Amino acid sequence: MDIINDMVVRFANVNGTGSASANNMFAKTIFRMGIPVSPKNIFPSNIQGLPTWYEVRINKDGYLGRRTGIDLLVGVNPQSLKKDIASVKSGGYFVYDSTRKLHAEFIREDINYIGIPMMKLSMEHYQVPRLQQLFKNIIYVGALVALLDIEMKVIKNIVDEQFAKKPKLIPNNYKALDLGYDFAKANYECPLKYRLERMDGVGDSILIEGNEATGLGAIYGGATVMAWYPITPSTSVAKGFETHCKKLRVDADGRKNYAFVQAEDELAAMGMVIGATWNGSRAFTATSGPGVSLMSEFIGLAYFAEIPVTLVNVQRGGPSTGMPTRTQQPDIISTIYASHGDTKHISLFPSTPTECFEMMADCLDLADRFQTPVMMISDLDLGMNSHMCPPLKWDDTRKYDRGKVYDAEDLERIKEFGRYLDVDDDGICYRTIPGTHPTKGSFFTRGTSRDEYAKYTEDGDTYVRVVNRLLKKWETAKSYVPIPEVTEAKEKTDMGIIFFGTTRYSALEAMDLFEKEGIYLDALRIKAVPFNQTVEDFINSHEQIFVIEQNRDGQMRSVLMNELDADPKKLTAILNYDGMPITAATIMERIGQHLPALV
Amino acid sequence: MTYIKPTFRHPGLKKNKVGYVRADYEGAISTLCAGCGHDSISGAIVQACFEMSVEPHRLAKLSGIGCSSKTPTYFLSNSHGFNSVHGRMPSVTTGANMANRDLIYLGVSGDGDTASIGMGQFVHAVRRNLNMAYIVMNNGCYGLTKGQDSATTDFGSISKSSGLNDSFQAIDLVGMALELGATFVGRSFSGDKDQLVPMIKAAMSHPGFAFIDCISPCVTFNNNKGSTKSYQFVRDHQEATSTIDFVPHEEEITVDYEAGTSTSVALHDGSKIHLDKLSPNWDPTDRYSAVMRLQEAKLTGDILTGLLYIDPKSRGLHDLMKTSKRPLNSLQEEDLCPGSAALEGINAGFR
Repeated sequence: MDIINDMVVRFANVNGTGSASANNMFAKTIFRMGIPVSPKNIFPSNIQGLPTWYEVRINKDGYLGRRTGIDLLVGVNPQSLKKDIASVKSGGYFVYDSTRKLHAEFIREDINYIGIPMMKLSMEHYQVPRLQQLFKNIIYVGALVALLDIEMKVIKNIVDEQFAKKPKLIPNNYKALDLGYDFAKANYECPLKYRLERMDGVGDSILIEGNEATGLGAIYGGATVMAWYPITPSTSVAKGFETHCKKLRVDADGRKNYAFVQAEDELAAMGMVIGATWNGSRAFTATSGPGVSLMSEFIGLAYFAEIPVTLVNVQRGGPSTGMPTRTQQPDIISTIYASHGDTKHISLFPSTPTECFEMMADCLDLADRFQTPVMMISDLDLGMNSHMCPPLKWDDTRKYDRGKVYDAEDLERIKEFGRYLDVDDDGICYRTIPGTHPTKGSFFTRGTSRDEYAKYTEDGDTYVRVVNRLLKKWETAKSYVPIPEVTEAKEKTDMGIIFFGTTRYSALEAMDLFEKEGIYLDALRIKAVPFNQTVEDFINSHEQIFVIEQNRDGQMRSVLMNELDADPKKLTAILNYDGMPITAATIMERIGQHLPALV
Repeated sequence: MTYIKPTFRHPGLKKNKVGYVRADYEGAISTLCAGCGHDSISGAIVQACFEMSVEPHRLAKLSGIGCSSKTPTYFLSNSHGFNSVHGRMPSVTTGANMANRDLIYLGVSGDGDTASIGMGQFVHAVRRNLNMAYIVMNNGCYGLTKGQDSATTDFGSISKSSGLNDSFQAIDLVGMALELGATFVGRSFSGDKDQLVPMIKAAMSHPGFAFIDCISPCVTFNNNKGSTKSYQFVRDHQEATSTIDFVPHEEEITVDYEAGTSTSVALHDGSKIHLDKLSPNWDPTDRYSAVMRLQEAKLTGDILTGLLYIDPKSRGLHDLMKTSKRPLNSLQEEDLCPGSAALEGINAGFR
């Protein structure tokens, strides 16, 4: 029986050989055929010569989490050949370059082999060695067009768009596609039992990387200063911001309405953000776990001196340099509680690029409103992979929330100015921006303890008043941060799952699959810390809760215990931390261990 | 010792062009040791700002951590101040400057704050030609932690708490700034206001990174015999490249300078730095001659002070980055948010 629009296709390449653009073209074509698709880069921390994989899950039901079990693998990397062949699901297909004969040790009886003489075809038709290498990739995509029944017209359209500015390259790309296609058609029965069929499964969705959406969110949210230091997997946030700024934020005279500063290190990047927001601009930085460690001293200053900061942490595998090109959620505690002393920071957890966009603008508002560091905690999987998601939306009536800032008129009107006076009894004080008024509203910003008038003090009572007010601010924030997403099971249940970020994809899939087995789980997706009442209610209304995370220590579970005094016995950690995005199968298997055997 | 500053002002006090009296540029009572060189530098900053008719709220004063970094409390209380973290004043100032290009940025640091923990940020602020005046109050020791040697403690110098430095060579911040391509480099002495005040004025008018290494004796830990940062030693060994006058653009030069031994450097805003009694073989706009002059002084055991180098063609960071002439912090939604229509086009690009 044919399996339509439901498969995992993996490409095994050598990095630095131009495979990425060919593979992206493959995924985009499927998306344009209306089929839900979820591509993932599994890449090394290297520029050229090491194994890299590109894995595409295609699923008509719209499940976009990672799934193990590879149905078709295109293996063009001799270094990883043996492992690649072993990774193909029994009954699946292995597509390889048959320019050279495959050695007997690579033959498995339970899978199908499809040899395409990619290099041979390429060398016969292209002269320049570099082009031979590049078009070899396009040739295997052409073969897949035949093997999987992809619409050639769609992929050729993508070629046209991609080379619109260099139309000379189009015929050669067409030819490479045709070479692969014709060879497959002539030598194999096409299509295979796994095949694609146009459907209406994507609606008005877009296919975008989380980091690019984050950069756009910063532009829409009014950030004017970005200071950053290159670190995988956050660098593309900076690139996204700058690329779109060049189109959206340049005046007619060529002058930029933004400052984009590549700092000398993460410490300086955070210092620049603090200086800029202190001086009335919206500013942000993007980094990953090691960067947050370096920024920690400054984060404490911003917390204590009450300066808005927006920090994007695109998490990667830790500790230390860890697995810089693999995904994890290992910085939950180190980000929420970053810095010495009693500190805690408002944190938002996007799950999709659409949320990266929206939450980034929200973070900039929250930072100004609460005059404190606000963290957007994403991860490599979300940041650096393309995700199918709802289109980005902006409400033109939305106004930036610049928080409590006294201007010159306010300063004339009020009786006295105290930078740290809790005028409105919500823990948030009024600030002034340098240069506002000739004689009123100046104050001294410092990381030392100070009184309500920003004067240095070592008086214990005053200190306690100040840090307790910061807690009051934390309480106020609970009604401002995004509320969690609750998904109820079809039947009433006392079991629940809690998750956040990219775990959403596989967690919701597992929930559906469990439901088919008659196991019902309510779901809560955390979107922010501090937790609001919904989170507390969810925990209170369930007997057993599985907290699904992508780290070793169940960090969000600890935060739930710490912030809500939740009963540890009630919260079971379901964890995956091998650096690959968590799968529904893993979640089901690990939750299953805690469920009473089904009768 | 006085704890409270009188707020009474004599009605007949001289006002500057923007209507402020000198006292309007002062700050809180200093809590530094009596006789500290830093207090003299604070005084010089007050005088320079008063005489230049700087509007106090149009200046932001920033510092790191240490005795030197406490001083912004002691001057310009009508200016916003920022006492940041140790060695990180340059990055905070960079961000502040990015947000509003129209303020004057005055950074205060110390030798520990700049030559050790903050070396990286100092170097990169120079490299970016950040538009700011950067003053190092250099006392050759860590005063606030009781006098340990710093990276600018000269080889062979003796201090009260660390004794003889017979181990490490000092980092010469001025030489380093010259090598790094700084566009304004000067060295002065807290005890030489005639030189320091005009130098601060010139530094604040310079469009780019203006660096002043100001030797400022630590009376408690490093003013002893044998110290190369003591009042006595500096007085005995100071050698100036020239005398310096700062002439704001609207004032005419009234002094006659002797031809051949004097020169003027015009700044972008029309003001002028007038230098008299020039050192031989030295031209303030020639980096090479400044480096050579500095090396010669080292050989003869002199402490070379004065304006060492200025690039009259300097362009600040905003010009290098081509940012808007309007301060970024003044831009509003309509300048910043591209709106939903533009987003439609962006979405289409991802389908």
